[in-house]
Amino acid sequence: MTTATIAGVDVAVNDEGFFEDPDQWTEAMAEELARADGIDPLTDKHWQVLHFMRAEYAEKGTGPTVRALGKTSGVSVKELYQLFPKGPAKMAAKIAGIPKPRGCI
Amino acid sequence: MSTRIVILGGGTGGTLTANRLRKALPHDAAITVVDENEQHVYQPGLLFVPFGLTHPEDIIRARSRQLHKGIDFHQSGIDRVDIDADQVHLADGTTLGYDVLVVATGSRLVPEETEGLLGPGWMEKVFTFYDVPGSSALETALADFDGGRLVINVIDLPIKCPVAPLEFCFLADWYFTERGIRDRVQITYVTPLDGAFTKPTASRALGGMLDERNIELITEFNTGEVDGAGGRLISYDEREVPFDLAVVIPVHSGAAYVAASPGLGDELDFVLTDEHTLQSKVRPNIFAIGDGTSLPISKAGSVTHFEGEVLVENIQRFVAGEELDASYDGHANCFIETGFHKAMLIDFNYDQEPVGGHFPAAVGMPLLKESRLNHLGKLMFQWFYWHALLPGRDIPGIGSDMPDAGKRKEST
Repeated sequence: MTTATIAGVDVAVNDEGFFEDPDQWTEAMAEELARADGIDPLTDKHWQVLHFMRAEYAEKGTGPTVRALGKTSGVSVKELYQLFPKGPAKMAAKIAGIPKPRGCI
Repeated sequence: MSTRIVILGGGTGGTLTANRLRKALPHDAAITVVDENEQHVYQPGLLFVPFGLTHPEDIIRARSRQLHKGIDFHQSGIDRVDIDADQVHLADGTTLGYDVLVVATGSRLVPEETEGLLGPGWMEKVFTFYDVPGSSALETALADFDGGRLVINVIDLPIKCPVAPLEFCFLADWYFTERGIRDRVQITYVTPLDGAFTKPTASRALGGMLDERNIELITEFNTGEVDGAGGRLISYDEREVPFDLAVVIPVHSGAAYVAASPGLGDELDFVLTDEHTLQSKVRPNIFAIGDGTSLPISKAGSVTHFEGEVLVENIQRFVAGEELDASYDGHANCFIETGFHKAMLIDFNYDQEPVGGHFPAAVGMPLLKESRLNHLGKLMFQWFYWHALLPGRDIPGIGSDMPDAGKRKEST
């Protein structure tokens, strides 16, 4: 575990930059993280996915997979890739301030 | 009134659960197993069919014949489960009431979820070996293949037996070497993962084995479309992998009736299941076993086998009105066929990733290492499946908990 300074605040992250504690996240941090990943600005659609991911994490303890996102977020998988080109599940989880999705075994 | 147990699915999990419960419960407990057909497929055998190493008739037996005396087999499709009324509605019009329901219907292939997969080229140059018709057709396709690009693609996880697609690559390398045309066949493994496998130590070992065999590895490829006519896999981020022959593992979901049963499954129709007790999170009198659960563990026969012991213990406790205390640790154990009459073995659970050493103790089969002994183990396993695993016999020395002795943990 290391500490990163995001939007002026010290945040605990893992070695890949995923938040350890989702409660440390703010919307200002999301804007900064998105810019670092080449997304500027975050559109309403982006926010829809980010808030959905946080709600899923709060309920289930892990972020959803891309396929589950496509079935439940109201945004199609194709569109998810347009919004988060480097891979929606991981990239959106990082920007949404939740730990790296466990994924499937 | 006597206890009514209804088990949905007469495959590995349903059969071994029924047989173990029949021994464990009083004679007046009624046990009914429901399945839509009579064909029990030894699924690990499907990997060997395309290479002519086994044949469909050698891996299929009658479902009802695997069930012990005193178990009722009801052949019908399943329409839906009414979890509030404790009833299962069957396709033949029957309604079965239950005191305890066991969901053991596994997972199903959903090729229709991937654009183009069932389009032109399907079963001509695009195949899967994950069912009997596919693996049979692939035997002919491989025999007719005289060179070019062979691509093996896992579309997305979870899938049954996540090592099987890698085993297919290793066997293809052996098969074309035996035919003397290996130099004319380019083999490529295309995966959505960031390495050859999910767990780091095994992923490094398996990745090295692909490399040694001159099998190309393409990672983080999320297939969005299969263009059979044009011979291309196309990812969501618009990368392309060309092929002359594609072996595709379609995405999996739980059984279709789960989707039609409000509250029973998650968004992929897998039953929400407690990872330790195997009781569903849906209703206390619904339990689940095998590939149809939501557990974060491989969908594999060995997992189902280890779950069986815990499940039956907990069902007995539930029927007796006691607290469930049997706990499953996520134990999984897989032989990985590596070609040229060798195989390797991995053994792991929720917390322990597969590492080197020996199984089940310091003296035993080598772990995470190719050997002839493991290959013999893999071959013997089919006999063991029909004669020990399904009847619900315990194996001396191998319990449901993962053994720690013999594992070399510093190798992580």
